[in-house]
Parts: sequence; C-alpha cells; structure tokens
Amino acid sequence: MFLLRQVLFAGSLLGSLALIGCAGDGDGIQSQKMAAIKARGSLICGVDGKIPGFSFVSSDGSYSGLDVDICKATAAAVLSDPAKVTYRDLSSTERFAALSSGEVDLLSRNTTMTLSRDAAGGNALAFAPTTFFDGQAVMVPASSGIQSLKQVAGKPICVETGTSTELNLADRMRELSAAYTPLKFQSGDQTFAAYLQGRCVAVTSDRSQLAAKRTGFPNPAEHLLLPDMLSKEPLNPATINADPAWADAVRWVVYSLIQAEELGVTAANIDAKVADAKANKNLAQLRRFFGVDGDLGKQLGLPADFVVRSVKAVGNYGEVFERNVGTGSPLKLERGFNQQWRQGGLMYSPPFL
Amino acid sequence: MASTAPLVVQASLLRRLQKELFGSRVDGLLSIALLAALLAAGLGFFRWALFQAQWAVLGANSTLFAVGRYPVEQQWRLWLLIGLLALATGLSWGLLRAFPGSGGVRALWPRNDHWAAAILAVLALWLPMALHLTPAIKVRWWGIFALLLLARWAAGRYGKAIPQTYRRLFPLLWPLLYLVGMVLISGGLGLVQVPPSEWGGLLLTVLMATFAILLCFPLGVLLALGRRSELPLLRWGSVIYIEFIRGAPLITLLFLGQNILGFLLPGGFSPDRVWRAAWVLTFFAAAYVAEAVRSGLVAVPAGQLEAARSLGLPMPLALVHVVLPQALRVALPATVGQFISLLQDTTLLSLVGLLDLLGTARTVMANPMFLGKNAEVYLVLAILFWSCCVALGLGSRGLETRLNPHSPSAQKA
Amino acid sequence: MTSRPESPPWWRNRRYLPWLVQGVGALLIGVVVAFLLTNLLLNLTARGLLLSWSWLGQPAGFDLAETVLPFDASLPYWQAMLAGLVNTLRVVIAGLVGATLLGTLIGTASFSSNGLLRRLARIYVEVIRNIPLLLQLIFWYFVVFLSLPNGRDALQLPGIVLAKSGLFLGSPALIDGVWQAPLRFTVEFGALLTGLVVYTAAFIAEVVRGGIASVPNGQWEAATSLGLSPLLTLRRIVLPQALRVIVPGLNSQYISLAKNSSLAVACGFTDLYSVAETTLNQTGRAIEVMLILLGSYLVIDLVISALMNALNGLVQLRER
Repeated sequence: MFLLRQVLFAGSLLGSLALIGCAGDGDGIQSQKMAAIKARGSLICGVDGKIPGFSFVSSDGSYSGLDVDICKATAAAVLSDPAKVTYRDLSSTERFAALSSGEVDLLSRNTTMTLSRDAAGGNALAFAPTTFFDGQAVMVPASSGIQSLKQVAGKPICVETGTSTELNLADRMRELSAAYTPLKFQSGDQTFAAYLQGRCVAVTSDRSQLAAKRTGFPNPAEHLLLPDMLSKEPLNPATINADPAWADAVRWVVYSLIQAEELGVTAANIDAKVADAKANKNLAQLRRFFGVDGDLGKQLGLPADFVVRSVKAVGNYGEVFERNVGTGSPLKLERGFNQQWRQGGLMYSPPFL
Repeated sequence: MASTAPLVVQASLLRRLQKELFGSRVDGLLSIALLAALLAAGLGFFRWALFQAQWAVLGANSTLFAVGRYPVEQQWRLWLLIGLLALATGLSWGLLRAFPGSGGVRALWPRNDHWAAAILAVLALWLPMALHLTPAIKVRWWGIFALLLLARWAAGRYGKAIPQTYRRLFPLLWPLLYLVGMVLISGGLGLVQVPPSEWGGLLLTVLMATFAILLCFPLGVLLALGRRSELPLLRWGSVIYIEFIRGAPLITLLFLGQNILGFLLPGGFSPDRVWRAAWVLTFFAAAYVAEAVRSGLVAVPAGQLEAARSLGLPMPLALVHVVLPQALRVALPATVGQFISLLQDTTLLSLVGLLDLLGTARTVMANPMFLGKNAEVYLVLAILFWSCCVALGLGSRGLETRLNPHSPSAQKA
Repeated sequence: MTSRPESPPWWRNRRYLPWLVQGVGALLIGVVVAFLLTNLLLNLTARGLLLSWSWLGQPAGFDLAETVLPFDASLPYWQAMLAGLVNTLRVVIAGLVGATLLGTLIGTASFSSNGLLRRLARIYVEVIRNIPLLLQLIFWYFVVFLSLPNGRDALQLPGIVLAKSGLFLGSPALIDGVWQAPLRFTVEFGALLTGLVVYTAAFIAEVVRGGIASVPNGQWEAATSLGLSPLLTLRRIVLPQALRVIVPGLNSQYISLAKNSSLAVACGFTDLYSVAETTLNQTGRAIEVMLILLGSYLVIDLVISALMNALNGLVQLRER
C-alpha cells in the first residue's frame, strides 16, 4: 500500500512538472495551442475530406473547399503561410474526440453549433462565427412521387451517423408520429452511395450538401429536395473551451474575412488598399483593420497584419464562397442567408475596434 | 516413337480427367453442375469486365492510389527507391538461383523462373498501357523492369565469382535498403521533410505493414518467452497483455490510439497519428505472434533446454542458440499467417480516417466524377491485396523448405 | 564444491536476482501507469470531462434501424447500447453457426473423390483468406446486396422474398411499395453475416482439413473394408477423431469472428460498436464508452472460450 502511494505520488509529480512546462511559454497571451502550433510550424486542421465544395481531395491530391479555406486563412494568420496546414480527415463520429484530446487544433468540418456541443458540461467546444448558414433537408427520387416528409413514413431513410442530422430526423419524425427506419453510415460518401443504389427512399443531410452531391449524380434532375426544412444548421469552425485565447484568434480570423467583404477588400486589390491606407491617415477604419495603426492583432496574440495575410491567402468571405460553392462553382449555390447583412443576409462582422 | 508420344500423353490425361471428374455417377453429376456454374460465372464476369466496367477511374487517380498526397516535386525519391528495390530483388533472385537450396537444379533460368519473368514482363508492359499513364512514367516503369531482369541475369551468371566473405554480407542489403528507404520517403539528411500525413495509398499501406511486421516479431518472441517464464510477474504480465489485446477488436484499439491517447499524455506531446497507428498495429500483432511462437516453444522438448543449461550455457544464450531456432522453425507458418492478417488489417486504418489504400479508394469514390465505380476499384484492391498475401505465403513456404533440417542443403549446418 | 569459497554478494545471488529484476520492472511499469493516469485525470479535469456514468440514464435521442428489443429515441443510452449488444450477439451467433457449417463442408470437400470439387475447395480457401475482410464486407454490401431488385421486381419464392430492403419470411406482402413480413432480415445484417461467414469459413475449412488429415489412413481403409459408405465413414469414424484436433483450432476462429463483427460500421449495420460511436459523439464521454466497449467484447470472448474449452473437454474425454 505504501509502495502504491509512493508510485502515485511520483507519477503526479511528473505529471504536474509536465503541465508547468507547458504553461510557461507564450508571449503575454496565454494560449498553449498557439504556442504549440508555432513550435510545430503547422496547423492541424480537422476536415471531412469527402464533401465537394467544403473539403475535398482532388485527383492531384490537393485539398480545396470552403472549410479548407478557413484552415488556410488561419494558418496564414498564425504562421504567415497558408500552405502550412496538416489536414486530417475526420469522420463525424470521431471529430469531437479528436478535437478535445488535442489531435487537431481546429475543427473546420461542417459542424453545426448546438448548445450541448458548446456547453462546458457537454462537448465543451468553442465555436467561431458561422461560415455557412444551412438547414437540414430531405432528398427523394422524383419517381417516388413523395411530396412531403410525412409520406416518407414507414420507409428507410439514409443518414450519416453521429451528426445533428440524425437527432433532427428523430425529433421531426416523432413530432409527425411517423415510424421510419434510419440507415446509418459512418461517412457521407457511403450514405449517398446507399441512397443512389436505392437502399433508402430518402436521404437527409444539410441542404447545401444535398445540392452539392446532386450535381455529381448521373441524372441530377431525377432527384427532388422536399420543401420541409427540418432544422437550422449554422456550420461553424470549432476549437476547445479550455483555450479561450486560441478560440478568440480563430473567431476573429473568420470575422476578418467577412469584414473584408463588407469593406470591398479582395485578394486582388488588398495590396493597393494597404498602400492607400498607409499613405492616407484619414482612412482610420482601414488602417486599424490592416494593422497599420493600433495593436488589434497583438491583442489576439497574432501578427499585427493578420487580416492582410488571411485575405491575401484566400480572399474575402464572398470570394471564398463564390470559388467553392457559389454560382461559378460546380455546386451552384445561391448566397441566400450567407449574403452580407447589407444585402439582407446574415453575414455580419462586429467592428474591428 | 516421336509421333505417338503426344498421343499417349493425351490419352492418359483424358483417362485422368475421366477418373477425377466422372469416377462415379454422383461425381459426374456434380462435375457437370460445377462446370456449368463456373462457366456461367466466368462468362458473366468477362462480359462485365470487358463491356460494362469503366476502368478510367484507376488511370485518372493512379498517383493518388500509389502514393496519396506525396508532393509531386519530391516523387523522384520514390522512383529512386523503386529502382533500388528492383535492383536488390533482381540480385537476390539471381543469387538464390546461383546457389540453390536443397539440391535444386542449378540452372540459370529454371522453368518456374520463366513463368515468373513472363508474368512480370506482361504486367510491366501491359499495366502502364492499360492505365493510360503518361509516356514519361511508362518509360520509367519499363526501365525499372529492365533493371530488375538485368540484375537477375547478372547475379545468376556472375554470382559465383563473388568471394564468399562478401557474399555472406549480402543479406544485410535488405535492412540497409529499408533504412535508406525510410530516409528517402520521410526526408532528412539534406532531403526535404515529407510529413507522414502526406503519405497515402499503397505507399502508406506497405509502410505500415512492413513496419509493424518487422517490429511485432521480436516483441512477440519476447512475450512468448515471458509467458513461459518461471518468474511470476513476467509470466502474468505477458498473459494479461496477450489476453487483453486478443480480447479487443482492432478497430477499438485503433480508435483509442487515434483519439484517446491524447488524454493520457501531457498536453501537446504526442507522436504523429500515422506512427501511432503503426504502433497500435505492432502491439496488436505482437500478441498474436506471441501465441504463434508459443506453439513453437511447446513443440521443443523440455530436455533441450535442460541439456543446454547443464552444459553451462546461461539462460539467455540457451534460449537464443538452442530453443528459439527450433521453436521458430515450427512456428514459421503460423507466424507468417499472422503477418498476412496484419497486412489485411491495415485496411482498418481507413475506418479511423487514415488514407491507406482503402481510405484513398473511398476518397476517390466520393468524387462526383467517379461516383458508383465501386466494383472496379474494390476488385483491383482485392487483386492487389491477394497477390501480396499470396506472395508472403509462398515466401514462407519456400523458407520452410530451406530451413527444414531434413532437406539436403541444411544438413551441413 | 563442498567448501563454499565465497558466496556471491546478495545482488548477484541467483535466488534474489530474478526478484530484484522483477521488482524494478514492476516499479517502472507502475510509475509509467501512474504518470499516464495522472495525465488522464489532469486532462479530463481541464476539459470538465471527469468520469461519470449518469449520462447512461439520459434519453438517447436517436433511433436505431433494427432491434430485437423495442427501442425508440426516448429511451436511455444504456438501452441503446444494450440493443446494439443484442444485435452484435445476433450476428455473432448466426455467424458461428453458418461459418462452422460452410467451413466443415469446404474442409471435407477437399477430400472428395471429385477432382474438380477438391480443387474448387482449395481455390476458395486461397482466394478468400488472402483478401481483407473489410474489403469483402464493403463488396458484399455495396456491390452485391445493394444491387438486388426492389419492390415488385424482388426475387420471390413461395413464402420468401429477397429484395433490396431485406429478406422477408412467412407470407410477405407488398404494401405501399414496401415489403412487409412477420420475419425479416435487413440487407445490412445479410451483408455482414455473409461477409463474416464466407471469410471465417475459409479459415475453419483449413482447421477441419488439418483435423481430418490427422486421422490415420488406416481408419478410412478399415471402415471401407467393413462396407461403410464414404459419407458414413466420415461422419461416424473420421470426424469424431478429427474433432480432437479441430476444436482447439475453432476456438480462435470463433473469437476472431466475434471481434470482426465490429466491422459492421462498414455496411451500415447497427451493432454495439456503431451505437457506441454515436453515443460517444453525442455525449463526449470517450473514456467511459470505450471502457464499456472493450469490456463487452472481452466478456463475449471469454464466454466463447469457456464454452469451447468445455466442448474440448467433452471431445477429449471420448478418447479413453
């Protein structure tokens, strides 16, 4: 018994030493995560990797998509190089475990913000601002003659397991008091493969994903999106609660992309705009935004010109949207809710003051 | 004489066929049913493979399947490695023929080798064409194949001229090549670092499998010895380890390694996930190898160890020089069986988000351009895994005959 | 050796040395384990995830596709896990029976007088053993089972319907485009079961073949000369003797079948692992869920081992 206690004591001593060692660094801003990223020289970003438009590996092996661009913008802000990202493909079931055990620094993987995921007593995540406002929808083959969710009752529905989609579906079907068979798959590609092979009469997912997948189907016109909107799905990048300084940094990197669009700053014109701001002392808002004046970046533990670096790397939010999922991309999604607030959308950045 | 010989052969073949297939009425009916079923299945398969299947998905993604996201500008290192491997394979093959084991035929090209070379030639010439690879890559493959055959010929022809002292060192070439390969792949020593997260496809599968196979073997032997040790702590430690690992599905252990290990280590300190998966595979396979080796240890009579000890050999030496050689020879087939399942188990890496061969395949099939090309991709993966596993099995059988104490070549030992 | 010139110092004494080494080893292991556990505690505390089991009683909020026990989203997590466990057991038991039957058939076929059958049995073993099970499962589900016809075109026999949605037994009827029957097995279950049976049978066939080969040839000859038919010889004379070799070999195959059933996630079947993954994802209780998971599989394995050991005892007893 004595021996055991001694061993435990030795262990806890070692453990606490390690903890102290980790808490020691960081210049003024107490973020273990950011210090670790800088020491490592790369940002580990958890993505899905199998959703065209959001995160996807093309035949030449490069990642692209809206979620991926958030990783790149963050890497550009922290490490001043958008290429210094290590991508990690995560299934929907392992993403939170990977984030909270410190496997990934940033989760940018079509993740819906919910209370239980945010709360300290739940998954204890810290969410960055929404990068895509979505809602859950249901897709059926046009030939099935199904017009509303109620008609799906008693039939199998394909759904990705471990997602909020799964819960929303259960909730809504209970509301309609309709029995159904949820066929669950570990990844989106399997879910849609099973639907396409006719195993399910319907498939449910975020509206954007359904639209994105449909463009790749052999006959897109043969599939209908039902009018029912099952849920609100704000998709946000996420970090952990335990490191608020890091969460702040990610939050404001995302805001900077939104603010850049509002101010008309693009990847193409940012150099000219910065030169303008440097030359003209009256452009106070731009000077603060670009870090010419003040120490906004420093307060976050980021370089003063983090906005310039991020926007140069991926463009402003509008450009990111347009390139990956917008009308110019294969997905052909409308801006909708994701329009700037001045155009009646929900994209709204708090002031950079 | 000369004209009747083929006839005799034909007649005896026919008779044998008749005896084998139509020995009795039941056998005859069974044979007809089986033949019909085989014919139908074969026809259906060929119709699909030739007319319905679309093989473009493989050619278009061949780089992704082969090396994953390995940076294009660094891929020359892999080509160099393949070249070295071809050279080493050719040399080993040739030397094996120059010094055949168990009194085999001492011919430069035995009949089996004709077959092997012919199959290789067909694969090397036809595959790059079938996959529509770019001309530069096609030429590289052909060059590598030519190098292999050249090395094979040279070693077979001039292998005997090498003095024995150098020839003895030859097997060291392989471990050396492995180290060189690791440096070429991961970088260092002046080469640009390529982090494991950018390895993928066949490269990752092969690396994981070889790494785990090489390391699980010594670990398994130690565990097997520990399990039969007289020291209770060692014995019970080994037993608990082996039984715990054998009682847990690999997928849960991989999940633990990928996502829970971070909880057990001080913040931020954790090896790369690819290496963690490799270690999980190693520790997993070690428990099974330990059981295989234990079956070999059981087969060694207790008198052997006692005799060695009474001659004054200390325990470790007695084990290494007397018991283990006999035990490992008995345990060889079972051990290689475990290696084969280890190779197959690498597919589970795709379930924890690593882009091994199967993971890459699933990524490719998520691409809208290649949706629904399941059968083509899985068939090719199956053939690939099958050939690797069969090659391992054949190699083990060859080694078994070479190690067999009753075969003529081993008597000198 | 009658006089003992100098006894070695105590730390080189053969009697104590092993214990010393073991003691140091134990201490080292203890320190490492304590270090890991301390980290675990610190990390869990920092993230507010200290071990707790109260979440097991909260409503799960998700539905399961096929369960033996009645289940819906309002029932607690522990019932969801239990339903998953029952599904796992269902597929494991069916798999054990199926794989044993098919494996014995193929193992004995390699002793057939028909050369074609003999070779086919060999080919089956060599092909199936050397292709990863996960690949086979995905193949069975996505390529074979999902290509079955659906609705009105389903394969129909009296009392049996095989459709894309599953196998229906006992007067199936097509209601509103969906097959309904008192007894039904989904294709997810079917694909997993087929994959497990086909794969494990190849290994069992080898065990059976080895067992039969271990019976001396004289036994066959003696039985034949007594006028027994080959089938009767096999059943009455050879198999009972072969069982002594076969049963221990079967044990490890059965256990790997049970563990391999966790690959159900690849073909959409809701087994214990699949439910555990969903639960883990919703509650964030990674450690607790993994403990339950590891514990359950360990118990299943122990039960199989115990049963097989009992069977082994029975088989070996007959030797006398």
